[in-house]
Amino acid sequence: MTTQAEVLAAVGQAGILISLLALAHAPLGGYMARVYSSQRDWRIESAWYRAARVDAHTDQRWRTYAMQVLGFSLVSVLVLYGLGRLQAYLPWNLGFTGLDPAGAWNTAVSFTTNTNWQWYSGEAAAGHLLQMIGFAVQNFVSAAVGLAVAVALIRGFARSGTDGRIGNFWSDLTRGVVRILLPLSVLAAVVLVAQGVIQNLDPHSTIATLQGGTQAALGGPVASQEAIKELGTNGGGFFNANSAHPYENPTHLTNLFEIFLLLLIPSALPRTFGIMVGDRRQGWAILGAMATLWLGALALTTWAEMSGPGTAPQLAGVAMEGKETRFGTAASALFAVSTTATSTGAVNSMHDSFTAPGGAVLMVDMLLGEVAPGGVGAGLYGMLVIAILAVFVAGLMVGRTPEYLGKKIGQGEMTLVAMYVLTAPAIVLTGAALAVSVAPGLAGIQEDGPHGLSEVLYAFASAGNNNGSAFAGLATGTGFYNTALGVAMLLGRFVPILIVLALAGRLASQRTVPTSAGTLPTHRPLFVGLVAAVAVIVVGLTFLPVLSLGPLAEALS
Amino acid sequence: MTTTLSPADAPAGAAPVSSSRGLSWAQVRAALPGAARGLDPRRLWRSPVLLIVEAGAALTTVLAIASPSVFGWVVTLWLWATAFFAALAEAIAEARGKAQAASLRATQQHTVAHVIGADADLDDPGLWTTVEVAASELTVGALVVVDAGQVIPGDGDVVAGIASVDESAITGESAPVIRESGGDRCAVTGGTVVLSDRIVVRVTARPGHGFVDRMIALVEGSERRRTPNEIALGLLLSSLTVVFLLAVATLQAFAAFSGARQDIVVLVALLVCLIPTTIGALLSAIGIAGMDRLVQRNVLATSGRAVEAAGDVDVLLLDKTGTITFGNRRASELIPAPGIAPAELAHAARLASLADDTPEGRSIVELVDARPDADASPLPRGATLVEFSAHTRMSGVDIPAGHAERAISLRKGAASAIHTWIDATRGDARTGLAEASAAETAVADAVAAVSREGGTPLVIARQVGDGAAAALGVIHLKDVVKPGMRERFDRLRAMGIRTVMVTGDNAITARAIAAEAGVDDVLAEATPEDKLALIKREQAGGRLVAMAGDGTNDAPALAQADVGVAMASGTSAAKEAGNMVDLDSNPTKLIEIVEIGKQLLITRGALTTFSVSNDVAKYFAILPAMFAPLIPGLDALNIMRLTSPETAIASAVIFNALIIVALVPLALRGVKYRPSSASALLARNLWIYGVGGLIAPFLGIKVIDIILTVLGL
Repeated sequence: MTTQAEVLAAVGQAGILISLLALAHAPLGGYMARVYSSQRDWRIESAWYRAARVDAHTDQRWRTYAMQVLGFSLVSVLVLYGLGRLQAYLPWNLGFTGLDPAGAWNTAVSFTTNTNWQWYSGEAAAGHLLQMIGFAVQNFVSAAVGLAVAVALIRGFARSGTDGRIGNFWSDLTRGVVRILLPLSVLAAVVLVAQGVIQNLDPHSTIATLQGGTQAALGGPVASQEAIKELGTNGGGFFNANSAHPYENPTHLTNLFEIFLLLLIPSALPRTFGIMVGDRRQGWAILGAMATLWLGALALTTWAEMSGPGTAPQLAGVAMEGKETRFGTAASALFAVSTTATSTGAVNSMHDSFTAPGGAVLMVDMLLGEVAPGGVGAGLYGMLVIAILAVFVAGLMVGRTPEYLGKKIGQGEMTLVAMYVLTAPAIVLTGAALAVSVAPGLAGIQEDGPHGLSEVLYAFASAGNNNGSAFAGLATGTGFYNTALGVAMLLGRFVPILIVLALAGRLASQRTVPTSAGTLPTHRPLFVGLVAAVAVIVVGLTFLPVLSLGPLAEALS
Repeated sequence: MTTTLSPADAPAGAAPVSSSRGLSWAQVRAALPGAARGLDPRRLWRSPVLLIVEAGAALTTVLAIASPSVFGWVVTLWLWATAFFAALAEAIAEARGKAQAASLRATQQHTVAHVIGADADLDDPGLWTTVEVAASELTVGALVVVDAGQVIPGDGDVVAGIASVDESAITGESAPVIRESGGDRCAVTGGTVVLSDRIVVRVTARPGHGFVDRMIALVEGSERRRTPNEIALGLLLSSLTVVFLLAVATLQAFAAFSGARQDIVVLVALLVCLIPTTIGALLSAIGIAGMDRLVQRNVLATSGRAVEAAGDVDVLLLDKTGTITFGNRRASELIPAPGIAPAELAHAARLASLADDTPEGRSIVELVDARPDADASPLPRGATLVEFSAHTRMSGVDIPAGHAERAISLRKGAASAIHTWIDATRGDARTGLAEASAAETAVADAVAAVSREGGTPLVIARQVGDGAAAALGVIHLKDVVKPGMRERFDRLRAMGIRTVMVTGDNAITARAIAAEAGVDDVLAEATPEDKLALIKREQAGGRLVAMAGDGTNDAPALAQADVGVAMASGTSAAKEAGNMVDLDSNPTKLIEIVEIGKQLLITRGALTTFSVSNDVAKYFAILPAMFAPLIPGLDALNIMRLTSPETAIASAVIFNALIIVALVPLALRGVKYRPSSASALLARNLWIYGVGGLIAPFLGIKVIDIILTVLGL
């Protein structure tokens, strides 16, 4: 069914993507390390600090840092909620009314948590102002918050005996936006416009077609949104069809470029980590574990989509349901794996229509906790927590109190790691179990049997891990799902962030222990494999029962 | 340094860490009552894993009574067996300690102390008035007289007298040791027996808080507190338990949605199989057995924390004398002065040493007697011995005329001391001093050469009649490194541990010996203050330091070190300061202590890995059993081709229970540990316990399933 040329093309596009990422890796990773290590403010940053009356120079303890992350995010949720509710009274609303309370709550949380779960259709609910000063602003700052938390954890490893000081939140947030996300998105937007992505403030209009029918001609500042949507691993599309829409993603080239953008920062952050902790090999090891998982998922999904197991694809000859004919199976698989493995959630095809094994892999990508390479910042701190877990078990097996990067992993550290590892499964499992047990939840499920279960599980996996992609098929625009998924997104974002910052504080106050020949080396392939295995085993053991009732049952039937 | 009469220097290439004591049925039987008590839920609050097992077993019991079925009762029975086996593992570990404690306690029975007044004149026994006091009523500071044949009633220091003491009750070493007032051999332990003479002991420990009491508490496990790594691992196990609890609790909702609602018995079976019961059951047994292994090696640790710290040690401070080298220097070579025949020097050296009873003196005689031209004649009659004195720093012999034509005086000693003597014999003829003779230069060169090699030069000189004395040659006294030390240090280096040799020798000598023994670093001309400073310096760099010591002046360093091993023969101050005591007083044992500490952690890590790996196979047994009847496609997961859903689930539960019993001996013995690099250790243990843990249950469950099928269940 699949020709050799198609396989070569699939491998070829992955090869091009990896080469581009490899080229950007060292310069971007190094640049980000300098951004967060530099003592000097840019003039525009100083002006902003004065205007906002924030203290951007005190080295903060983790509690202060965490309170400011929470405070800033709370304000973000309130502003977005207000904008959504009051949309009817705002300019450029394109005639759309305000969102209902549950919907506004869901959307406010969704964009603040870098999830960008969209229960609504962009072109049918959100005007240009809400898109620009609501969603676009959060696309930048929610990504910058993720970066800030990751950098705070890196500082925890890099510093020694600081009474828990891990940097300044305002400085980290501002620099992330001003020095990293803004310049990169401007560059990316220019490329996208050049490739045909639209960028205007026109209202959506209805035009008559040559056949005599009517068609909606959509307008909007799409290219600028698109750039940060991918770059910040946000994923909230301007239009409902997201990156399957030709105005968002017109060509094969933009398709590959958008995949490049969403992997760019998460894959370069391990470099930043390596530089800041003073041992680049440690960065390579973390990247190695991320790449192992990503490549494994890509190989599995591409195989599943191209060979198309299952009755319907076999009959049709190819698993093209829900995929853009412009992209085909391989480019859809590459996009889908990258978007689920980076907590982006943008889609260029409908994951609901993927083959059963392909869909299962996408679900597992998210259930891994978004670490391969994960969201901007969030992927790195998630992977570092898994590395600590791996170090703990491996460290015992070499007969020493486990230590990672010179920090002893003791009782306090393990308490936090255990809580972190518990959080996402608790949210996903209880959320999904609730949805299949109560009437309002059951009402939204389109299909019976394994596929219906997959839809629910996918929704809560996506929300709880802040991915934001949807399996479709689930009617989620209801009060129940908007509220429940909103809670899942909120807890799934801020509980781990609090734990990570507490961990950063603990590590920063620990004195760094010198390494010796008896210390477990954490940069060798053996350890890289162990980290990847721990990530898979933890998820596998937790979710295998429910996966066996959902996608596994579907695949094996 | 050691004061036992028999040499306490164990062979340096000591045995690898492994237990000589196996597990016998008698031990298991003895542990049964303890295991039954261990099922008390109040004892399980620390271990959520075991608590869940019991709660699950209780729940299935109720269900099995409500709606009886063979399957329900089989599962219930084996769930209780799982809980019981977990309690049994701990009880067996504790029972082994209790047997030891009982024999120790026997030494404490009915001891009567003869107390004399605190103001008694210690030098005049005639004036003492003794009062008989039960040992359990003694107060700290009381003076107790102990005569030959009596049991020393409590821990203390000898303040008067000297005695040989039988300490076999605690050390197991039958040769008696000397204990005397003053110096570093004054500490005595309650429960030991004075064999000869009489001593006065000042009691230093309250009754019930002495050495033997601590030891009893330790081996019984009554003072066992969980160590930091054990607590951290416990947290991980608890969080895994919560994850699985969530997974199984929510599974019912998903199953109901899929139209495959499950029996509660099945869900409980799944939960108990998934939570890490294996390591949860064996965790405390591993800890108790680790301490037990130390006690078997006659090491007494004040806390499990110290044992764990031993596994983390980065730097080992070892005293040169008695640890790295044999306590004494030995003659290894004779270097004659120009014009002196080797045989002549050998004869003179022998005569000068015949009456010298020091180990060095004896070694000179042995060296000469081993020569082919040896002359084994005794010391001539009338010869007078010149004792070594701190003032002259030489010893020798004066042989009056008669045996030879003229009287002969022989002296041996340090080069400078002999030089002074030679000068003195020259009397007024000091003119020769200005230009040293060629012979003198040659001797001086030989002295320098011996020093450079790390040896100690002794110069032999002879005076004939009243004439001027002259040097005959140089004896090379050498520190002899114990055999096998280099290999041990290589092993330590592979484990990432740096060894530092501490010695009072000068830097040149110290470095030569260090090179020969293969240690990494040297602290030469070390004072106790230098030792303390070195430890603090290493600790400031974040490294953990271990050391052994016995003297009072070692106490600050022992207290500062992360692992301080005091010798049982040492002073009370040293024993108080350290966190371990070696009853054999063998400083080399530090290395074994480090290995035991590491083995303890490795055993925990390995069994955790094994326990978690096991879950994969259990899923492949239980998931298809649960869902295949309703979703036929899932039968593809039944790769073991188990007979029926009931046998599949029962097999998984039975395997889960039996694997605990199967691993008890391993938990008690500890996993095999060979010093090697961290990467090699990890790879090895991942293979055995990770991959092994994946495969073993597939085989085990299949076998049990076949048996169940044959039995017709």
